[in-house]
Amino acid sequence: MISMTATDTHRDTPYPHRHLLGIEGLHPHEILGLLDRAEEAVEVSRQVHKRKLVLQGRTQINLFFENSTRTQSSFELAGKRLGADVMNMAVSQSSVKKGETLIDTAATLNAMHPDLLVVRHHAAGAVHLLARKVGCSVVNAGDGPHEHPTQALLDALTIRRHKGKIARLTVAICGDIAHSRVARSNIILLNALGARVRVVAPSTLLPSGIAKMGVEVFTDMREGLKGADIVMMLRLQRERMSGAFIPSVREYYRYYGLDAEKLAYAREDALVMHPGPMNRGVEIDASIADGAQSLIREQVEMGVAVRMAVLEALAANLPNN
Amino acid sequence: MAADAPKPLVLSNARVIDPARGLDAPGSVIIADGTILAAGPEAANQGTPYGAEVYDCKGAIACPGLIDLCVSVGEPGAEHRETLASASKAAAAGGVTTICTMPDTDPVIDDPALVDFILRRARDTAIVNVLPLAALTKGLEGKEMAEIGLLQEAGAAAFTNGNRSVKNAQVMRRMMTYARDFGALVIHHTEDPDLAGGVMNAGLNASWKGLSGVPREAEIIMLERDLRLVGMSKSKYHANLISTSDSADVIRLGKSRGLDITAGVSINHLTHNENDIGAYRTFFKMSPPLRDEDDRQAMIAAVADGTIDIICSNHDPQDVETKRHPWAEAEDGAIGLETLLAAALRLHHSGQVDLVTLLGAMTSRPADRLGLETGRLSKGAPADVIVFDPDRPWVLEKSAIRSRSKNSPFEDARFSGRTLRTVVSGKTVFEYA
Repeated sequence: MISMTATDTHRDTPYPHRHLLGIEGLHPHEILGLLDRAEEAVEVSRQVHKRKLVLQGRTQINLFFENSTRTQSSFELAGKRLGADVMNMAVSQSSVKKGETLIDTAATLNAMHPDLLVVRHHAAGAVHLLARKVGCSVVNAGDGPHEHPTQALLDALTIRRHKGKIARLTVAICGDIAHSRVARSNIILLNALGARVRVVAPSTLLPSGIAKMGVEVFTDMREGLKGADIVMMLRLQRERMSGAFIPSVREYYRYYGLDAEKLAYAREDALVMHPGPMNRGVEIDASIADGAQSLIREQVEMGVAVRMAVLEALAANLPNN
Repeated sequence: MAADAPKPLVLSNARVIDPARGLDAPGSVIIADGTILAAGPEAANQGTPYGAEVYDCKGAIACPGLIDLCVSVGEPGAEHRETLASASKAAAAGGVTTICTMPDTDPVIDDPALVDFILRRARDTAIVNVLPLAALTKGLEGKEMAEIGLLQEAGAAAFTNGNRSVKNAQVMRRMMTYARDFGALVIHHTEDPDLAGGVMNAGLNASWKGLSGVPREAEIIMLERDLRLVGMSKSKYHANLISTSDSADVIRLGKSRGLDITAGVSINHLTHNENDIGAYRTFFKMSPPLRDEDDRQAMIAAVADGTIDIICSNHDPQDVETKRHPWAEAEDGAIGLETLLAAALRLHHSGQVDLVTLLGAMTSRPADRLGLETGRLSKGAPADVIVFDPDRPWVLEKSAIRSRSKNSPFEDARFSGRTLRTVVSGKTVFEYA
């Protein structure tokens, strides 16, 4: 199955960008190039000796202004499997409160001469700002509700490995679209590769202008899931659960939680995804999350592979390479 | 004549524009003792006062100096951003001869002694006229009335709550009613803070950027509320910074009903739209937010047809500490004194607003609203006059900005139109070399 999907057509497509700040701005063939590279990384990761040396001597700093065990360890592992020296820098809010601006942080980092900088920040656009001020390649690991490009890439890789393609698949993205960087990156990527994208959410969790974002909009989950090949669930943040955007968790679960009854509206071979971490019993029923149609654990594996592919592609453009 | 009085000045060979009387004709302006002796075609054939300097305008425009109704200065409290002195230098270079300073300083200008402080500092350090606007409510908190009468006696030109709206309708109603007894003008920023709650214009653009939106309705609803209260209180009201086509419609309706209202727009909303934000460029972050192109066009049309009375710079100096942040965390505000006239001339060059109307929105109409003698070239009026070449090309370079803060959305912008000479009360305060 892998040999069928992992064609060599795009493997050597150059990645002509210094950073990966978002899916926006990438050409479809560049996206496919990254996915094909990632297929190779999956192979590397499944060997006993999981190391390539393409990043040997390079320094990768993971700069996380927002806690994320999952994404940070995925990037750490990806860097280490490529031979880089990886350093994790958790920037607590305290240094921000002490008055240190993002620009100060950038200056401090510059002095350390990293080659690759992986950044997560709670504010949209913060990674762009940082990328303008540092001398190295920057990977966006999530900037507020804006973009999370490696998540979209790993979702695409997971889908492609199971369905053999992305084009003409119907993908329903369900949940808090308004505040989700995962949704934005996925909408752009899936559209670029020719999928039919739907969003399913109560209107209070949909961003304004959503109908013009290249998606079909559903507020009735059963309608939205009809005939879907992929059901992609989003995490509902705790602070949005009571009152401001939805009345209560139990009402949300009733109408927008993915359970067996609602999933039955999707195609029989539909697959379920979630970027994690999951709120079982809020947006997804435990039996579905751990069930036969779930790809959630595989998404984690693909995450490491996609991040290896991205780091490798960026490293190829680093000076002295 | 006092010893330090400036020499008489004759601006000859000029295209004289005086929006107050709809004049646009070749002629001269004769200035002596700090006042205008004559201006227009009739002045061309009069002699020159003894000892006068004759300045050949070579066909450039002579008109009243601009009156900028909405200028934030860092003095007192944030002098590192802008002082009255530095703001006045920027103003003079831009052809602005009167700046109305916003009260949202630290401390807030809500006490007669502070109005007096501004006026004395201005007298000692500023090279253009400074008219302090005072706080409408104590501490700008929107709860308790400021001392309208005492503040006005101390020299406050009008009353405003700065860039914060008075949320409580009852407080606003009482403020308006009380202000009416003193003939005081209430200037209001119309944005419902609860509904606004975002960091750029709501819509598709904000959604893609992952930024929370400020819906147009936040402005429209507050404006509609205010006009109902103006109707109740029969007060004098100015909507300081409108930005949507619907707001212009609301103003049109209010005027047709005979309310004593005027409306203003910032130069930014006439010359930029939300697409200029690009990759999160925070110099374009302001309140109200830049809207879409349809709204920008509606603002221009509303200036052209007179619905919008006043164009201001909404000059708001911010330094690196407050601007170089991720978009949502950066402060609002852009400087604009030096570029007000040049940017406004874009509307003239694009053929959308005729020059007399355009200049009127920055001279006679703000003067009328504030009851000033300036803003016109009438005999006996204080000689606040500028000369500018509407076609002189130039580029705004950051290093040449006179404001202490450099947060201009026009950085590296190309302009046609440059101030050549600025005269305040007969004294030349700027001359383009």
